[in-house]
Formats: sequence, C-alpha cells, structure tokens
Amino acid sequence: MSGKDRLAIFPSRGAQTMMKSRLTGAQKGHSLLKKKADALQMRFRLILNKIVETKTLMGEVMKEAAFSLAEAKFTTGDFNQVVLQNVQKAQIKIRSKKDNVAGVTLPVFECYQDGTDCYELAGLARGGQQLAKLKKNYQAAVKLLVELASLQTSFVTLDEVIKITNRRVNAIEHVIIPRIERTLQYIISELDELEREEFYRLKKIQDKKRIARKKAEAILADMKLKGVDVHGNNMLDEGDEDLLF
Amino acid sequence: MALHSAAKGKLIAVIGDEDTCVGFLLGGVGEINKNRQPNFMVVDRNTSISEIEECFKRFVKRDDIDIILINQNVAEMVRHCIDSHTQPVPAVLEIPSKDHPYDASKDSILRRAKGMFNPDDV
Repeated sequence: MSGKDRLAIFPSRGAQTMMKSRLTGAQKGHSLLKKKADALQMRFRLILNKIVETKTLMGEVMKEAAFSLAEAKFTTGDFNQVVLQNVQKAQIKIRSKKDNVAGVTLPVFECYQDGTDCYELAGLARGGQQLAKLKKNYQAAVKLLVELASLQTSFVTLDEVIKITNRRVNAIEHVIIPRIERTLQYIISELDELEREEFYRLKKIQDKKRIARKKAEAILADMKLKGVDVHGNNMLDEGDEDLLF
Repeated sequence: MALHSAAKGKLIAVIGDEDTCVGFLLGGVGEINKNRQPNFMVVDRNTSISEIEECFKRFVKRDDIDIILINQNVAEMVRHCIDSHTQPVPAVLEIPSKDHPYDASKDSILRRAKGMFNPDDV
C-alpha cells in the first residue's frame, strides 16, 4: 500500500500535523481553482456565442460595404490608385483597455477618431454622395471588426488560461492530493507500528521480571527446605534489633 | 518608431485585394510611417505567396499594429502562418473579400471554437 509515490518524510507526529495542514491547503486550493475555471468557462462560452454572432453580422456589413464601393466606382470612375497613393495618417486608431475576469487580464480594443479625413477632396467632381456613403459604410465595418478583434483576442487569451487552470486542477486532484494522502497513511501506519512495538516491549519486560522473581522465590524456597537460614546469609540483614538506643 | 508607437493609438493593418484595401483606406485606417512603410498590402494575381507571408510576418512584428485584417482567400494562401500565430496581440481577423464569400468553416478561430461547441451551434 505505502507505495513508492509518496513524499520522502520521516514519520513522526510533527510530520503528521504538517501533512494534515498541507492536505487541507491543497483541498482549499483545488476548490478555489475549480471555481476560477468555472468562472472563466462561463465567460468563454459567452464570448464564443458573441463571436459567432458578430462573424455572421460581419458578413452582412462587409457585403454592404463592398456594394457601396461598387456604386461609388460606377459614379466616380476608378479612384483606386488615387486612394492608394494618397495615404498619410491614420484617421481611425485603436486604444486598448484591460478587462479583468477572475484575475485574467483581457485586452479590449476601442477605436477612436484621430485627425482629419485625408480624402476630403475625393469625389469632389462627381459621386461625392456615393463616396460619403462608402466611407461611412467602411467606418461602420471597421468599428465592427475592432469589436470582433477584441472578442477574438479575449477568446485566445481565455482559451490559454482555461487550459492552464484545468491542468492545475487536474494535477492537484489526481497527483498532489493522493500523494499527500498516501504519505499521511504511511505516517499513521508507521506510528501504529511503533506503538505496537513499544507495547510489546513493555509486555516482554514485565514477563522477564516475573520470571526472574519466580526464580528467586524458587531458590529461596529450596534453601528453606534444605534448612539453610536464608536470612542469616546476609550480614547486614540479621533480623536482630537495632543496637543503638 | 518604437517610441512614438508606445504612446497609445495603435493601427489596423490590412492585407487584401485592391478593392478591400481601398475601402478600408477610405474608412481611414491607412497610414504611412516615417520609413515610408504602409500598414496595408495590396494582393493581386501577381503577388507571390512568399511575399504575402513576409508581409504578414512584418505586420505581426510591428508593435504599432494591434489588429490585422486579412482577406479570407489571401488567408487561405498563408494558412500555416496564421495558424502558427497564437499570440493574442495582434489579433488576426479574416474578412470576406468582394469576390469570395465568407466561409466560416475555414476561419482559424472558428475552427478552434468548433471543437468546444456542438456543430449545430456554430
């Protein structure tokens, strides 16, 4: 039973109490980690649902945006190169904030407008309205995509953290706690063994003493039978009265 | 460059066909930094896969980019690169392009998600 897989420790009362406290600590840690894993899992499911929702929504939004691009091209003529060459500064930028779920920081992206539109003059000659619509559509798409990106980032982070937490929970449940329990069992059995040994030793001593006493008594009786004055043998114990006083 | 990007305000990078890029640039995500390097890449028929890979890796390495948008048909070409990118930041998003409808079953993230959900949920 007391197999190989236990902590190397000397079996004593002190070690036993120490092991007991370690066992309760491990159990507490296990339940806490389990709770954390559950909380993360809940959040994870929520995010997953949202991702799937947003992805389908994104399909719609992108379709609309692409369609308005075609409309704008139809009215304005080809402006691809003009746009591609005229890039200067980004107008939409991303800020990232931190969200906290059960001790896990999740980045949340947020887009904001910064600076002016550098294509103000595009579509001045004709098709201005279509271009404005196109810009608006694509800005909406960007907003949605940023949201999707933060969901996705949370997804990846949470996935990783959940894996780690589950690994820890399993390690405590299946390795650490059994090992401590085995060690405790070993200590208890070892202490019992010691106690039995001690008891047996005491019994044995009593036995020996009894045998010795019996032997002495037998010798005495034997001597008495032979008519030897047993008491007279001892010089110091002559049985006479004290001389003094 | 690292200094000015340390201040907040990260960029969105785009890898995709010409129309997608033009659309997002009009939306206002485009930027050319001091080294004259754009944060977008136009992929046409003549662009080789290794060029796209290189560009994708460059975008991943740049610390002023937080989100990479990539057309799904382009993503399909460099799938191994995208699958091997597991860090949360920058987030890689696959978007539908004009002439390729969105196929949810090809998305890296959704494929990972599928293992945890019932197929009818996704």
